[in-house]
Amino acid sequence: MLQSFMYIQQEINAFMKPYLEFKSVRKTFPGVVALNDVSFQVAEGSVHGLIGENGAGKSTLLKILSGAYYPTSGEIFIDGKIKDFHNTKDALDAGVAVIYQELNLIPEMTVAENLLLGHMPTKSGFLDRKEMNKIAEGELKFLLENISPDMKIKELSIGQRQMIEIGKALLHNARIIAFDEPTSSLSSREIKQLYKIIKELKDKGHSVIYITHRMEEIFDICDEVTVFRDGEKIETFSDMTAVDHDILVNKMVGRSIEDIYSYRPRTHGEVVLDVKDLMGTGLSEPFSLTVRKGEIVGFFGLVGAGRTEFLKLLYGAEKKVSGTTFINNKEVNILSPSKAIKEGMALCPEDRKDEGIIAVRSVDENISISVRRHFNKFGIFLDRKKETENTNSFIKKLDIKTPSKDQMVGNLSGGNQQKVILARWLGENINVLLMDEPTRGIDVGTKNEIYKLMYNLADEGKGIIFVSSDLPEVLGVADRIIVMREGKFVESVDRDDASQEIILSHALPINN
Amino acid sequence: MVSKTMKLNIKINNKFLKSLWESSGMIIIYLGLFIVLSIFVPYFFTVRNMVGLALSVSMVGMVAMTMLFALASGDFDLSVEAIVAFSGVTAAMVINSTGSILFGIIAGIIGGGVIGLLNGIIIAKAKINALITTLAMMQIVHGLAFIVSGGSAVGISDARFFVLGNSRMLGIPNPIWITIIMFIIFGVLLNRTTYGKNTLAIGGNIEAARLAGINVDRIKIIIFTLQGSMAGFAGVVLASRMTSGQPNTSVGFSLDVISACVLGGVSLSGGIAPIAGAIVGVLIMGTIQNAMNLMNIPAFYQYVVRGLILLIAVLIDQLKQRKRN
Ligand SMILES: Nc1ncnc2c1ncn2[C@@H]1O[C@H](COP(=O)(O)OP(=O)(O)OP(=O)(O)O)[C@@H](O)[C@H]1O
Ligand SMILES: [Mg+2]
Repeated sequence: MLQSFMYIQQEINAFMKPYLEFKSVRKTFPGVVALNDVSFQVAEGSVHGLIGENGAGKSTLLKILSGAYYPTSGEIFIDGKIKDFHNTKDALDAGVAVIYQELNLIPEMTVAENLLLGHMPTKSGFLDRKEMNKIAEGELKFLLENISPDMKIKELSIGQRQMIEIGKALLHNARIIAFDEPTSSLSSREIKQLYKIIKELKDKGHSVIYITHRMEEIFDICDEVTVFRDGEKIETFSDMTAVDHDILVNKMVGRSIEDIYSYRPRTHGEVVLDVKDLMGTGLSEPFSLTVRKGEIVGFFGLVGAGRTEFLKLLYGAEKKVSGTTFINNKEVNILSPSKAIKEGMALCPEDRKDEGIIAVRSVDENISISVRRHFNKFGIFLDRKKETENTNSFIKKLDIKTPSKDQMVGNLSGGNQQKVILARWLGENINVLLMDEPTRGIDVGTKNEIYKLMYNLADEGKGIIFVSSDLPEVLGVADRIIVMREGKFVESVDRDDASQEIILSHALPINN
Repeated sequence: MVSKTMKLNIKINNKFLKSLWESSGMIIIYLGLFIVLSIFVPYFFTVRNMVGLALSVSMVGMVAMTMLFALASGDFDLSVEAIVAFSGVTAAMVINSTGSILFGIIAGIIGGGVIGLLNGIIIAKAKINALITTLAMMQIVHGLAFIVSGGSAVGISDARFFVLGNSRMLGIPNPIWITIIMFIIFGVLLNRTTYGKNTLAIGGNIEAARLAGINVDRIKIIIFTLQGSMAGFAGVVLASRMTSGQPNTSVGFSLDVISACVLGGVSLSGGIAPIAGAIVGVLIMGTIQNAMNLMNIPAFYQYVVRGLILLIAVLIDQLKQRKRN
């Protein structure tokens, strides 16, 4: 019985013929082996998940597939034919489109113009707007309702922009569409829409490659999954019923993580942060909050609920209209980030690329940027020895994967960039740490380490506020959860009273 | 077998050349250029010509040091050429009217500094982009230079002032010494101080720098104030060399300075600013100009060559950036 079932399963797998194949792909950068001898196949009409720790080589593989990088050795086969991509155009012509997190759309141009960029229809030499809108409308019908081809890209949400990017790929007749962490900045409704589109793509016979750090998504949407670790392919599972969360985590990090949140209760001390009636343009009413020493406060809300605005107001990165802030019972007038830092408050921003890292500078400089003021001689001359010591200690402590402290941060993998930003603040003498989506794009193993780091900081008596759109994470890590909705404070729920249903009921719009 | 080892050799060679090219490509190009010119251009490699060459690039060299900071922070400054003219005229007039050389020099530097300060405030606080701000400032200051001087050169009566630009120490003219000192001061500022690092951080990602606690506005204002003061000082030195303040001098000087920096690998989009590269950029520009003079190439052709050099420099910058992404 079981045997015949397995036989049928094999039959099915054999029937799904491989459309895309990587053969012994290797990619090295100075001092780094990003991919080593990677071989696997992606079937036609299937969604193939790629998972692995930060720096495992997933994005590098997609960049090779899209022609952005050229492999050091190895081959790519599509539909049995060997392919040689020297640039993204080669790949597009062969029917491969990769959708990165940073979307390549032109904000000032319309939806139709973006969709047809590079092959706009013309009539006797002039742009044929009618034809253009017709093509765009046809594409939009499939992807997005309520969007007209005349709208400018800048008016769209991130989720909608992503759909336009998919539309571009389809208009190029892409047969292989690859996504690099597509859901990390989408709302839950947008994620559902993305799932729907991916399923339809699959039914039409496209092959989809899907990179994510969110394990549940693998089970929601993938037909196959390949696990990477340290640039090597560990294993491909073509039968999703044969794996579960724990098996995948084990393959990924090489050990098992029993409880990813590993929460431990703490006693809370005196009030470290006291905010009274803070108000700014991003909020719809004044906001008050107290945080105690050792307390971890989680902020939950839907995208656009005003959580980031609140943190930025508090941090002095945005102009406040009114409000007073006390740190350790001392009134502090925070009008700029530099003042906030001097008062012992630090922020890890939400948008790593635009607000966090300085991509063209080294790991060392990115970590030292603020903390070096404590080492300075005569207030201006660098103490390079102390900076190096500090940097190296954090590279080790946070296990930042980089060939050296002098590597350009832009060359690190996403998760490791996040660690660099964290390291920036850990050397400072902070009282209050504000973290905006601290684990976005971070692998399970590292998430677990970041939570432990948060607990350690709390144990040392710091107050932590963190914003997250990952509800299980908020429930798993926070001592207290504050729910925001439409720029307003809605409710504060203690850990012991919190559940998915309660938090969501506060966070969702009332008329739903 | 033979071919295999040969292939290996070439590969190693390539790798070696590549790393050498990346770390010091421009320096190698310059050395090559220098050797070729020494062999083929008569009088090029003589003490007299070398000193003349260094003297001819000293002005660009000085101002390139502060321009380097402006570029490193992601901005640039087109008003330096007008400041050079304006401060020369100002220094001349102050010396003539007060009889004090010191006052004249200080007036030239401060005059330039104030203009730079204005540039900085407008760019940092009013958030108007550097192109427009400094372009407008260039026109205004050029106009001022003409108004103050009445439209013609202001001769300086006190000959002691000419020492600054014309005397020699150890056989080397003063402007060259001044430029060397500036190289050292600004090299230290860029690589060994928070000011330099913060400048690079701002150019690399201004929002990230702000959120990391860097006072962006203040640094920008300092950058432009220093730039203005340096251009002012250069104007004073030039006036001393020419024994007069001239309102219509230095046309195109700003672009020469920017070209030199970009030629040396300073990124136009900010965040990357190798100081050794900028010095080499200055030398390349000056050397080519010098060689063209020695070969009696007419001035009209020299313009074309200078334009081509600028284009090549920007092209190289582009290629490097594409590689970075
Ligand atoms: N252009 C580059 N230059 C040097 N090293 C690079 C470059 N691009 C990637 N790397 C290195 O290659 C390795 C793999 O990086 P990659 O971005 O593929 O990881 P990833 O699996 O996508 O990780 P994450 O989940 O954090 O996004 C990392 O060690 C990274 O530092
Ligand atoms: Mg990645």
